[in-house]
Parts: sequence; C-alpha cells; structure tokens
Amino acid sequence: MATKIFAAPSPHVHGGESTRRIMGDVLLALVPALAVSTYYFGLRVLMITAVSVAACVIFEYLIQRLLFRSRSTIGDLSAVVTGVLLAFNVPVGIPWWIVVVGALVAIGIGKMTFGGLGCNPFNPALTGRIFLLIAYPVQMTDWTTGVPDALSGSTLLNDVKTGAVSVSDCDFMDMFAGNMNGSMGEVGALALILGGIYLLWRKVITWHIPVSILGTMAIFAACTVMGEGGSLVYEFPLFHILAGGALLGAIFMATDYSTSPMTHKGMLIYGVCIGLLTMIIRLWGAYPEGMSFAIFIMNAATPLINKYCRPKRFGTKK
Amino acid sequence: MRTFPIGGIHPSDEKAWSKDKAIEVMELPDEVAIQMTQHIGAPATPIVAKGDKVLTGQLIGEAAGFVSANIHSPISGTVTNVEIFPDGQGIRRQMVIIKREGDEWVESIDRSKEIKRECTLSPFEIINKIKSAGVVGMGGATFPTHVKLSIPDGQKAEILIINGVECEPYLTSDYRTMLERGEELLVGVEILMRALSVERAVIGIENNKPDAVAHLNKLIVGGNYRGISVMPLKMRYPQGGEKQLIAAVTGRQVPPPPALPISVGAVVCNASSAVAVYEAVQKNKPLIERVVTITGKNLMHTHNYLVRFGTSYKNFIEHAGGLPEGDVKILNGGPMMGRAVVELSAPLLKGCSGITIVSGREAVRRKEGTCIKCAKCVAACPMGLEPYLLAKLAQNKMWDRAEEHNTVECIECGCCSYTCPSNLPLLDHIRIGKQNVMANIRARAIKK
Amino acid sequence: MNELVLTILTMCVLGVVLAVILYFVAQKFKVEEDPRIDDVEGMLPGANCGGCGFAGCRAMAEAMVHSDDLSTLYCPVGGAETMRSAAAYLGKSAPEKGPQVATLLCGGSCSKRPKINHYDGAKSCAVVNTLYTGETACIFGCLGYGDCVHSCQFGALTMNPETGLVEVDADKCTACGACVKACPKQLIELRKKWPKNRAVYVACRSKSRGAVVIKACKAGCIGCGKCVKVCPFGAISLENNLAYIDSEKCKLCRKCVNECPTGAIHLINMEPLPKEAKEAKPSAAATSKSEVKTESANKE
Repeated sequence: MATKIFAAPSPHVHGGESTRRIMGDVLLALVPALAVSTYYFGLRVLMITAVSVAACVIFEYLIQRLLFRSRSTIGDLSAVVTGVLLAFNVPVGIPWWIVVVGALVAIGIGKMTFGGLGCNPFNPALTGRIFLLIAYPVQMTDWTTGVPDALSGSTLLNDVKTGAVSVSDCDFMDMFAGNMNGSMGEVGALALILGGIYLLWRKVITWHIPVSILGTMAIFAACTVMGEGGSLVYEFPLFHILAGGALLGAIFMATDYSTSPMTHKGMLIYGVCIGLLTMIIRLWGAYPEGMSFAIFIMNAATPLINKYCRPKRFGTKK
Repeated sequence: MRTFPIGGIHPSDEKAWSKDKAIEVMELPDEVAIQMTQHIGAPATPIVAKGDKVLTGQLIGEAAGFVSANIHSPISGTVTNVEIFPDGQGIRRQMVIIKREGDEWVESIDRSKEIKRECTLSPFEIINKIKSAGVVGMGGATFPTHVKLSIPDGQKAEILIINGVECEPYLTSDYRTMLERGEELLVGVEILMRALSVERAVIGIENNKPDAVAHLNKLIVGGNYRGISVMPLKMRYPQGGEKQLIAAVTGRQVPPPPALPISVGAVVCNASSAVAVYEAVQKNKPLIERVVTITGKNLMHTHNYLVRFGTSYKNFIEHAGGLPEGDVKILNGGPMMGRAVVELSAPLLKGCSGITIVSGREAVRRKEGTCIKCAKCVAACPMGLEPYLLAKLAQNKMWDRAEEHNTVECIECGCCSYTCPSNLPLLDHIRIGKQNVMANIRARAIKK
Repeated sequence: MNELVLTILTMCVLGVVLAVILYFVAQKFKVEEDPRIDDVEGMLPGANCGGCGFAGCRAMAEAMVHSDDLSTLYCPVGGAETMRSAAAYLGKSAPEKGPQVATLLCGGSCSKRPKINHYDGAKSCAVVNTLYTGETACIFGCLGYGDCVHSCQFGALTMNPETGLVEVDADKCTACGACVKACPKQLIELRKKWPKNRAVYVACRSKSRGAVVIKACKAGCIGCGKCVKVCPFGAISLENNLAYIDSEKCKLCRKCVNECPTGAIHLINMEPLPKEAKEAKPSAAATSKSEVKTESANKE
C-alpha cells in the first residue's frame, strides 16, 4: 500500500460525535419508558411502536428517494426516534392505521416539507400527534381499549379537571411507577427520569430545558393553589409533573435540537414559557393536557428566541 | 484550579508518544533553505547574494519595517541561491539557499553552556537585542517579540504571562524545554520582566504536565527568582490562546478587537520564546534553532529535536523512520491548529513547534451531514460566537451579516469543527468569511 | 340573523375606515419617482445577477435613467439588443458591444495534470486557495471544486468529473461575470462569442517557466512563442512565459493551434487545419470547412 498524502484545513482531529450516536442515545434513553409501558399495557405497546417506527422510516426513505431523488439518510436514526416518540404520544388502544397516518404527517409534513433533519421548525412527532388529536379526537382520547380493567377509562388529568377525582386521592407511588392511564410513553415517571439522566450524562441534552419547564410548572401550580387558598401546596405541583405528558415532553420532546433554542439563556426562556403555557392550558383551557400545544407554540417562537438570545461574547459584559 | 471562562473542548492529549524523549541535537543538514517570511508582518529583505560566504548566526535577512523580524543564517557555508521556492503549502516564497561547510559561528556568540543570570541592561537595550536577534513568538503565531514588548504610550504592563500551556495535542517541545532548560527559561523570564518593568510573572502550565510544574517550582525556590510563580491550569483546549490564557491566569477578559491584551495589563510570551530571549540577551545568540517535536501514532520513532531552521520536512520524516503507509497528513504544528504540509522539501520555520503525522482513518475527514442545530459548536466556542451561523453566512457570502455577528473575533481554534456531530467543516467556511469581512473592513478604512 | 347583520356591518364600517386611512397615508408618504425607471426595468432581463455592477435590475434601470451617458453601462445578460431598445426609449445612445462568453483558461484535466496530494476539506475553491496551492503541482490551474458552478445563476457551468474541469455551456452563458469573480485563481475570462460557439484560446494561465510547467502539467503553455510568430493578426502576445490570444483581434484562422507543442491552445466547435497545411499553399487550408473571414485570413 502506497502512502497517500492528504491536505485539509485545521482542525485535523474530530471529537467522534455523530448524529447517529446522538439518536442512538435518545433511543436507548427511551427503552426504560417502553419497558414500563409494555409492563402495564401489554404487548400491544410493542406492536404499535413497531408500526410507528416502520412507517416513519419507510416514509422518510420513500420521500427522499422518490420525491427528492437524493441520498437517503435513514441511517442517522432520526426517523426511528420520531417513530418511537410518535408511538409514545398515542393511547395504546389506537387502531394501527391511525398511527401510520400520524407517521405520514410527522415525517411528510413535519419534517420533509421543510428540508429534512435539522430544518424542521416543529418537532415532527409532535406535529403528528397534534394532527391525530384534531383529526381523530375520539380514538386519541380513548383510554379504555386494550387497557387492563384495573384502570379507569379516563386519564387522571381529565378526572381532576372535571372534578371526578381529587388530587389528594391520587396514589403518587403508582403515578411514579407508571400504573396509570395515559399515552403509551407518558406513564412511568421513574423510567422517563432515568432516560433523562442518561441523556444528561451522555451530554446529549443539557439540564436547562427540562428543569426550566418542570420548575416553572411546579412553581406555577404551587402559586395557583396558594392563590386559591388550597391546602395541597406540595401535592398539586407534584401531581402536575407526574401526570400527563409533562416528563415525556420536558425531557424528550422539548429538547429536540432543531426546534429548541441554541443558547442556554434562550433554552431557559423557552422552558419557562413552555411550563407557563402548559399550566395555563391544563388549568383553564379546553384540553386537560397542554404539554404538546405548549411545546408546539414555543417551537414557533424558537427562531425569535435565537435572534435575541446571543451567547455571551468573550470580553464583553452582558 | 483555574481555566478560561467560556467554551472549550477536551481532546485526548496524545502527549505520551513523545513526552519522555529527551531533547536531541539533530545533525546539521547539508543544505538549508531560509524563508524570508517566518513571522507575521513584512517579509525580511535578503542582504546576501549568490556566492556569499556566511557564518552561523550571521544576519542574512533584514527586518523590513517595525512589524518584521531579522533572519540569521543557521549554518555556515556558501549562499547558492536567492530565489522563489515553494513553502510547505506550495506557496511561492523568497528563500535563501545555503550549502553547509563545517559549522563556524559568528565570534560574538557565547556558546558556553554556563547559565549567565546577571543582567544590567536597560529595557530599551534588552528590546533592541531581542529585535536584532530576530526573536518571534514561537508558539505558532510568530508575532515579533520586540513589537510585543514595546508597550504603546499611555498603557502599562502589570503582569507577564509565560505560555507553557501547550494545549495542542501531541506536541511536547515546550514541555521538554521547560524540563531541560528550566534555568534558562527562568532567566529569560527575569529579563522579560525587566524589559517590561513588571513585578510579577506567571508561568501557566496545564495540569497534564505536573512534573514541569514541580520542576520549575523547585528551580524558582532554589534560584530565588522573585516575582515568578507557576500556575497549574485545568486542562482544556484552547487554553494556549493568548486571550484564553490571560483570562485563565488573571480572570480578566480582553475586550473585543481592536483592544489588545495590553488593555488588561497583560503581556503573553511563549516558554520557548523566553528561552530564545535569554540566549539573545545573555549569549548574543540569534534565533537560529529551536526544539521541534516529531510525533504521530504510527511513526517508528518519535523525537524532540533541537534543530536549525531551514532543515527540510523530509529530513524529519527520515529521522522518524519514514511515513507510515496508507493515508497520511503531515502537519506543521499540532492537529488542532497545524497546517497541512504537502511540499516535503520545504524548510522548517521559526513558528513550527512540532511536526505531527496523522495517519490512517484519522487523516481523512468523515462524511459531511447536515446541521442538526444541536448547538454543540455554540457551547464549544471559546469566543462566545455562533459558529453554525457564521459558517452558513460565509457559505452564502453574506459578509455584512457575518460582520454583525463578529466573525472577525474567531481565533480559528477549531473547537466548532471538532465537536460537530455532522462533521461539518465549520471552521473552513468561517475562515473564508473572516478573510472577506476583514478585507471589507480594511477597504472601508482606506476609503476614509 | 341579527348577529349576521351585525358582523357584516362591522366589517363594512371597518373596511371603509381603513380605506380612508390608507388613502391619506398613501398621499402623505408618496414618493415621486421617474416612471421611466419602471419601464426600463421591464426591458431588462430581470435576472438580478449583478453582472452590470449594480445590485439588481432596478438599480441598473435607475442608473440608466439618471446618467447622461450609457457608455459605461452595459447589461451583459440582455446584450446589445436590450441596451439598444432601452437607449431608444430613453433617447440616448447605447454602446455597441458584442456578445461574450465565459471561458475557462485551464486545460489541465486529471489525466494531464496528475494529483500529488489529496484535498479533504470543505468542497470550495476559496477554502482550498487559502489553505495551499492545490492538489496538483501547477499553482495556477483550476482547483476543481466548482465555486464558479455555484456562482452561476443560469446553470451554464458544469463540473466534468472525468476531467476535473469546468465546462461552459455557451448557449446558456450570459456573460454576467459572476464566475469570473468567484474563481480565486482568476481562470475565467469573458471572451468574444463567435457564431456557433466557435472559439480559439490558450487554455492555460501558468506564468511559471516552461520546465516547471512541463513537470506539473502536460497541457500547459510553456511560453515557447511559436504561436506568436505564426499569428497573422498580431492577436497573440507572450508575457511572463504565457501566451494570450486577444479574442477581439483573433479571426479564428487556427494557425496557432497546430503550432502549439503541448496542445494548450484549445479549438472549440471547429475542425483543426490539416497538419500538412504548414507546408502546403495557403489555399489548401481554405478548402477546409471555415468561415469566409477565416478564408480571407488564410490567403494573406
């Protein structure tokens, strides 16, 4: 073998980070939540997830090859992540074809229309979920099909909102473990937090977005309780963090790279706004769950935040 | 332990390949090519012609202007040519070719090994001696040292910082210099302090070189060097950047350009340059040789050599046992900021602290992806810039917006490209943007 | 029903109020502009390529309306015809300038100019140029990373992967000059455009000495000067070891092509003169397919 001399501008070494590795880490971080979900809801969870992932990957491949006539980038695993997250956002009893429609919207409209990975202004999985929520409201809020009898036909958030259940009656240990009703991926607070810690450790995400979202939600909830003269100053915030999609949204959905701000300061603003919007929708809006809409709205505000939240330049005071 | 405030990365330091190799004197080359541009500023003017006999240490290129440096013959012999030849990047430069005949030195140079500490010269005399010896910043930037020491009116130096950081992976020449020539280094620091009239000097060394820290500390106590201290710094790239080092040592940040380090009262000088200052002032020895590391993962031999300038890259590669097979990249400097060399007959320059051979898979960049807006480059940028944006603006030739986003402040450290998960050549584009913006700024200044 | 009426009524009132406001605002902030600018802009091609030296077609139109003399202004895309019609409209005289075409002055294809190292950075000539002198031993030659191709708005340039050189589609080229500015090696020149896209030019910009050129590239100009001697029109000049054919003086007689020892003189869309033409009488050459002009040139 002969010697071949190369030339390139510096730097000549690379840190070894890759998009594929990052996406792989996200997938790995989602495994505990998937396991918990399968434990409580049964094997149908795996089936729906598989359908969603397969649909996302196939749609991405087809769109890239047939419509764009470009090299396919399914190898970077980002479509797989979208697929898993989409599945995590639907109830387990949903008909499988609705998930396929959701995948088409997520990949086709949410991602590819804007130019693919890194160019999408909205989180693709969230786009899919919101489309399904509006297009198939019945199926998307049907919490009875395929669910063990032990669970009621409604989510806790809904029950509390309608007054059917009081926060003080909730079993927080069950909520923590995941023994409650909800979308496939949002149950199992412990598993989600574990995944979040893994992502933090691998430096895939920083603490700014999840902490600011959850912190804002907790403080807002506590203030509301105190303002109304209630007595559940600790329980009420905890309930809101554990119930619904708060953790899934804060850790996995809001931290999506291309739809979240670039600087730490921007991330904090973004997180606080998501937290506020979520609580406003949950407490006073028509929907019992506000996480996805809050993230979606703040996704739209991300370019603005990026414009005004510059990193601190070396040698300047600001 | 202190370090600089924003950004930075932690590349594997790879010093183990050559850190235990003591400095060897490389045999003199039979022929040297002396480039007239070995420093930032105007190229030196050759003052010898074909056929002239020169002695080792004799002036052969005269500084052309204030920001320029003298160039001396590193060997004795006959000038065979003064012509344009390609440098390491193939760019045509004026060079003086000298064929060696023995090794006869200019008489005024004191070649004894004995340490001469006493110095009674005035700051002006010291700076003049440094100027005539052609000493430049030997960390790579090659800024003439006498310019740095000439503090503009109305400003005052408060602290001298000696850069012993050597944050570039692989390189060990400064480290070996500090270990083996510590005494000369410290006397050099004393002279620099005298030239600047400062009371305090700090030698910044990263904590991956604890023996250098300990050794210099011992010498400082033993020799009773007043005002000099060693500060271990937390390992992080690019700590050796002038602004980063000042911030790490003093906690003060140099404001954006046109402010210079002196605006926070600091003067930074490389450790090897301090040794060169010692030799120039105390021994009348001009800058004709330096310590150079030749290193790389797949080399047969790695060395730290004391070599004369003008020795060709070929010579080094032969001493290292030849190039490894397969894909290789030969770097003048370390892997983060070094320049790729393609012309192996080109000569060694004053600013070259090491020759790194990157080989195999590391020599070739991985395939580019698309930007996923992960903001890792933003977090890594030690200047607090937005590399992804600057690269995009440069690609789209939007120079005005690149200027608004302070692209000229980029120090080209390469942290952004290093950290990019999509392997985007961010710095390649930013560099183009920076050049165009700087040209625009200059054009505006001329118009005024 | 009531609600419906109310809604329509509100909308109508709102519309009227806003219309009145808009009217007064438009009156207040009206900018007087020469209406001819719009007309001239309409005549221009509207490519906004900047080939004229202005930011866009509107800026060009403004300049044309405001300046008394059109001789310094020229739209390379629209060409003489556009300039004539615009000038006629404005009652000014237009400069006469023949059509031009971008031409790459480098013939060092991969086979003729071997690579001595491999570039691995960002795919941009500007980046290569700041790093070093390129992958081949020739420091003047085409770098082959296509900055000119990206700069062309008309799709007239394509990179030929086999030769590693840029090819110009003369039919698409508008001679806007964007590629000339984009090339860091200054290898692209706007040359006179002949009918049927014929051309003769020295495809080399190397100012190195002949010996250096031969080492680096088999297709380079070595500065031997044979072409200068043979040219009957004095169109070829030799400077810094490099021959150059002035496209305004050249009559496409093709005599120089056969003289060139390295084939650095490129002949496009034309048959070369028969080899024996050198010894044979000039009339023999005239029998080959060529233009009237060329024939007369050969008879001289």
